Amino acid sequence: MSQSHRLMNGGRIDRSKQIDFYFNGRLMSGYEGDTLASALLANGVNLIGRSFKYHRPRGIVTAGTEEPNALVQLERGSRTISNMLATRIPLYEGLDASSVNCWPSPSYDVMAVNGLFHRLLPAGFYYKTFMWPVSGWKVYEHFIRRAAGLGKSPEEPDADTYDKMNAHADVVIIGAGPSGLSAARAAAATGARVILVDEQTELGGQLLNETFEIDEKPAADWVADVEGELMANPDVTILKHTTAFGYYDHNFIGLLQNRSDNVAYGEDGRTRQRVWRVRAKRVILATGAIERPLIYSDNDRPGCMLASALRAYVNRYGVTPGKRHVIFTNNDDAYRSALDLKSAGAVVACVVDVRKDPSGELVSRAIEAGIEVIDNSAITGVLGSKKIRGIEIMKLTDDGENVTGKPRTISCDTIGSSGGWNPVVHLHSHSAGKNTWRDEDGVFVPGDTLQAEAACGAANGSFSLAQALNEGDFAGIDACSKLGMTAKKRPAVGKATADVDETPWRTLWYIPTTKPAGQRGKHFLDQQNDVTVADVQLAAREGYRSVEHAKRYTTLGMATDQGKTGNIPGHAILSAALGQTIPQTGTTTFRPPYSPVTMGALAGRAVGEFFDPIRRTPMHDWHEQAGCLWEDVSQWRRPWYYPLEGESMQDAVSRECLAVRNSVGMLDATTLGKIDIQGPDAAEFLNRMYTNAWLKLAPGKCRYGLMLGEDGMVMDDGVTSCLGENHYLMTTTSGGAPRVLAWLEEWLQTEWPDLKVYLTSVTEQFATLQLAGPNARDLLSEFTSDIDLDPEAFPFMSWKDGTVGGIPARVYRISFTGELSYEINVPASCGLSLWTDIMNAGEKYGITPFGTETMHVLRAEKGFIIVGQETDGTVTPIDLGMDWIVSKKKPDFIGKRSLSREDTIRDDRKHLVGLKTADPAEVLPEGGQIVAATRPEPPMDMIGHVTSSYWSAALDQSIAMALVKNGRNRKGDTVYVPMKDKTIACEIVDPIFYDPEGSRMNG
Amino acid sequence: MFLITCPFCGEREESEFSYGHEAHIARPENPEKLSDAEWADYLFMRKNTKGVHLERWVHTAGCRRWFNAARNTHTNEILAIYKMGEQPPKEIKAMIEKGKTS
Repeated sequence: MSQSHRLMNGGRIDRSKQIDFYFNGRLMSGYEGDTLASALLANGVNLIGRSFKYHRPRGIVTAGTEEPNALVQLERGSRTISNMLATRIPLYEGLDASSVNCWPSPSYDVMAVNGLFHRLLPAGFYYKTFMWPVSGWKVYEHFIRRAAGLGKSPEEPDADTYDKMNAHADVVIIGAGPSGLSAARAAAATGARVILVDEQTELGGQLLNETFEIDEKPAADWVADVEGELMANPDVTILKHTTAFGYYDHNFIGLLQNRSDNVAYGEDGRTRQRVWRVRAKRVILATGAIERPLIYSDNDRPGCMLASALRAYVNRYGVTPGKRHVIFTNNDDAYRSALDLKSAGAVVACVVDVRKDPSGELVSRAIEAGIEVIDNSAITGVLGSKKIRGIEIMKLTDDGENVTGKPRTISCDTIGSSGGWNPVVHLHSHSAGKNTWRDEDGVFVPGDTLQAEAACGAANGSFSLAQALNEGDFAGIDACSKLGMTAKKRPAVGKATADVDETPWRTLWYIPTTKPAGQRGKHFLDQQNDVTVADVQLAAREGYRSVEHAKRYTTLGMATDQGKTGNIPGHAILSAALGQTIPQTGTTTFRPPYSPVTMGALAGRAVGEFFDPIRRTPMHDWHEQAGCLWEDVSQWRRPWYYPLEGESMQDAVSRECLAVRNSVGMLDATTLGKIDIQGPDAAEFLNRMYTNAWLKLAPGKCRYGLMLGEDGMVMDDGVTSCLGENHYLMTTTSGGAPRVLAWLEEWLQTEWPDLKVYLTSVTEQFATLQLAGPNARDLLSEFTSDIDLDPEAFPFMSWKDGTVGGIPARVYRISFTGELSYEINVPASCGLSLWTDIMNAGEKYGITPFGTETMHVLRAEKGFIIVGQETDGTVTPIDLGMDWIVSKKKPDFIGKRSLSREDTIRDDRKHLVGLKTADPAEVLPEGGQIVAATRPEPPMDMIGHVTSSYWSAALDQSIAMALVKNGRNRKGDTVYVPMKDKTIACEIVDPIFYDPEGSRMNG
Repeated sequence: MFLITCPFCGEREESEFSYGHEAHIARPENPEKLSDAEWADYLFMRKNTKGVHLERWVHTAGCRRWFNAARNTHTNEILAIYKMGEQPPKEIKAMIEKGKTS
């Protein structure tokens, strides 16, 4: 396909480097230096997609980040990215883009029928739909789901990598247009560390789109000179193709850098994008301005563009957007577009100016160039839908609120409108800066801020080139002088050649037709979300007086472009409808990100194996070779169960359970948290933290403890041993260790700094081998000669030091399985060899390694709780039936007072009970809801839920624990667990199913 | 994203710290003597100040030590950092006092 709209000469493109690309499967070509948008326009394509709500045909509006319409799906498969702006994609060989939100194609779209039913889709359509009766939802759900969303998410893992960088700077300058470059030059001359950021691939900002001269030379030469100067300075970092997406407290800035020229692919060995986290001493916002459109009837037709975009395509890309152009303006600046088009040889049908007798220098030049200027007039209609055929214009009344006289039709295919410029105050607003309304030209400019920040140039509402150059210079000097840095020799400030004075704008927020808004064409404010003037007026009539509410109701400015072009006109329309001024209405708050940021960039390297660290025990490789399946317990990876060939999970777990109950099994218990507690006040400290008494625990003894929050709810549990005078070892749950350590530290540091207690985490210093089962003692005796294993000498809940297998060891006789059990702690580095030796020696007993699942079954048979499974932060020890561990004698401990609060002593609290299913073979689902009486269908009154449920091989029946309202007083009652396809009846029983006397673990 | 000066380590990113809610809430000497309402006040009630707020932070990913900070919750300006057991500087107390009367 030929580049029908490409000029023979001009532009910053390289005509010697042709680039082929695909749009909607069609092969086209452009040149190096093009964006996808400029290449499409060069090929005469300006039907890019369909709009969100009405599916109206849409084309390219702008040449930059403010683009509302030209969204494409870039690439396919693992590299596909949705909602990319065609105006921001540098063209590359083989680029493959397609339209979003239309099917089967943008020129024939089946959902366009929505446009015919627009009266059914008014402002607040979604809110109103959600408030309709449930039956209405069934009708509309299908419609809404199909219509919702732009583009498609990738369905495959991202093929590229991303990373992050931290940086510090004296001065960060955002925007490398004339003001930003001036500021960078001035700041760099002081020796300051400067970071200069610009979202475009080249420095120069708006200068790239203009025909300006600086210091009697083309502006591009000045830009190149300044860039060379800055590049030579080692203290200056220039980040091109990098967007400052967020500006946060204490001068912290988030930058998104595109590291590859090719925006969809990482380059060899490079990350595709990088997020920079920058802390700046001073920030200079040189973010420029965005042209605002005039809001005329059917201003969304493909070919309705911004005036500045027309000259950007001509000057920068050597492309004429159309064959016959009309400029529609309220200011002098838009005449530059008419002049630039004309001098490039393009046809300018006319300039339609809403002002009476415009008289500026640029106007005169246009008239001299032979361009027809039609004053005091408005575009009242756009002819054509997929392509503009012409416009209809009428004279404005004096107040600008109506049109009058006979309409005139002008043939054209492209309209460039300009309603003036809005400073880009977004970043200033991110960091809580206020915006000030400037009445003379109707713009918000940056006002007070909390940050060490200044704005300059167009971002500061100073729109001329001379102002930009001078303000930038001042901002650079001022920022550095505030840091105590001055330049020995000040660089020269660029001087704008032949800067022209411009005459005032005529602010006209709404361009009237012969009918009220919405009755003759649509006046679009937010083209991406399809919000019209009529929608905003409707919101005002329906009582939405706050701009923040009106925004959410109409969705004005809530699309991915955040209303960069349409917000201010929208707020002006709302103000008019409410009969108040724009500053009275105010603006909505801009929030990060300034433009969309990929999830990949935010995640950085924290994906896959780097998502979260994995903690492995010293015996990890043995478990892996034994073919275990893994369970993640916080960051720990623990063996879940060890299936043999052909075994199901239940087969394996039952086999492991029976091995422990009948002979001996071994569990890797290394992950249990271990906190070494030392100091003269250690016992007193434990006494305050645990619910039971600790002052009299003798060295050599172990005690189970329950820890509560100050609200009386169970927080953690574990066994703590007295290792010597003033020396204890606390164990915690595997997942709770960091939290418990932090909790203990908090009390010591903030409430009881007088207590002499020192805490050290020693979890990873020891490997812990838990040997459990009736043969545990016999097997262990083969490995130790210096530890007396006789039950009299080494009873339950005590510990002994000695050697096991020749390795220094501390053996605790404690049990979570209800069997005779020893926990052997050895230095971590010896864990694997001892584990292997014991496994080998235990073969004669049929020793069986067991995982967390078997451990859970065995402890549930004993009615032992797991914190976080039987408890959920709303459960007291009394609820658990563990009042035996709550001291009645201690005057105080953490959480004690809360146990006598009105709410915690209610008698209908949920209690921990056991459940026995009517059919012993039926295993209840964990989390199953429990009711006292069933009804044919929900809702039913729930009285509790199943917390743990297993098949018990030892008992040959299912077992379960549950929290049930007033459960302890319902023993023997039948309750029900209703399921989708059946109801399971069960009896409330005691939660201890196995060996209630404890003779096995005590034996 | 705040820049916080740990009194033991110096200036660090906020991501190294954890927030520890309002400062200077002493655990009651004798909880058993308190009414349910008084205990609930200690347990649950915290100020939601717009302006100067005294709060606790802990340098979780650093020295793991707790300290106090005076922060303007409206501007997020950190006005003072002081150690556990210490009282806020006089000028901070004056600012809080002034905030109350105005």
